[in-house]
Amino acid sequence: MNTFLLMCWEFFKTGLFAVGGGLATIPFLKEMSIKYGWFTLDRLTTMIAVAESTPGPVGINMATYVGYEMFGIPGAVCATLSLITPSIIVILIISRILDAFRESKTVKAVFDGFRPAVVGFILAAVLSIYQTAMLNSTGTFPAQFVEMINWKAVVLYAGLLALYLKKDKLHPLVIICLAAAAGALFSF
Amino acid sequence: MKVLWDLYSAWFRMGLFTFGGGYAMLPMIQKEVINKYHWATEDEVMDYYAIGQCTPGIIAVNTATFIGRKVKGDIGGIVATLGVISPSLVIITLIAGLITNFSDLDIVRHALKGIQVAVCVLMFVSVRSLFRKGVKNKLDFAVFVIAWVLAQFTGISTVFLVIAAGIAGYVRMRIQEGRA
Repeated sequence: MNTFLLMCWEFFKTGLFAVGGGLATIPFLKEMSIKYGWFTLDRLTTMIAVAESTPGPVGINMATYVGYEMFGIPGAVCATLSLITPSIIVILIISRILDAFRESKTVKAVFDGFRPAVVGFILAAVLSIYQTAMLNSTGTFPAQFVEMINWKAVVLYAGLLALYLKKDKLHPLVIICLAAAAGALFSF
Repeated sequence: MKVLWDLYSAWFRMGLFTFGGGYAMLPMIQKEVINKYHWATEDEVMDYYAIGQCTPGIIAVNTATFIGRKVKGDIGGIVATLGVISPSLVIITLIAGLITNFSDLDIVRHALKGIQVAVCVLMFVSVRSLFRKGVKNKLDFAVFVIAWVLAQFTGISTVFLVIAAGIAGYVRMRIQEGRA
């Protein structure tokens, strides 16, 4: 099989078996690096860093980057489309099944159970973001907790939160742009 | 056609303004999908996230497919999904082609540190709103705390946690039926 088709096939498999979001694709990308030598693990680390620091879902960004590095723009487009095809198919099928059982009391009860758990997962993800954003990575917890706090970030956080709570019509993008400018100006 | 264009452009914006993974997209989803276009309710978005945890693929993509399909059938699902991936294709291709040392640039690193703080602010407000809608009674609160602790401090796959939460919801219904 030629490498282009093989790359598409590998991304299709990743899309089919990586359960749990974008970061779940990383082990699959590592395997591609080791099995085929398409890119080095070092290069992959750079690609993950770029994928996390640019807009868009991290998993999509990584597929696009790997595809681009291998085959230019056609590679970027095909790797990404291969990655998302399985999940589109799976979700369209699940939607159809859910439609059929929409009025089922059992399905409703199960979803009522899901929701508080989802809030819990999101809280866990958010607290991890807080940790990276507000704490310096050096120092041991809890002995040096106060020294670990990134005060610039805390001040910015308090200011932006006050602004966002006060003006609830404000677009999230405004907060993102203000924060990016503050970060660049004051060397966060 | 108008609806398809709305789906494409709204999901394009959501892809463009999201930094991080699927959860970080939540503030944008609340703004565009729930408040602006009324394509789905907060409850439905949470349901899609729960299913997205247990199904293959990227959560942002799964959510786009779900909501697109709900609005305009299978074609709507595909169009919304293409919308959410389009910004990545453009931006990554530009960066990979032009600025190879992108994530090493000082200004980029500093701006990103700032953006992380913004994500914290936006997510605080989003989670507060989800909590008010999704956690309504004692059992909900217990499931919320257990799910949070296990997701935060253990490596247990969220797939199992979602299934367990679903079972808890089912058992509660049976118990309530038993009492009735």
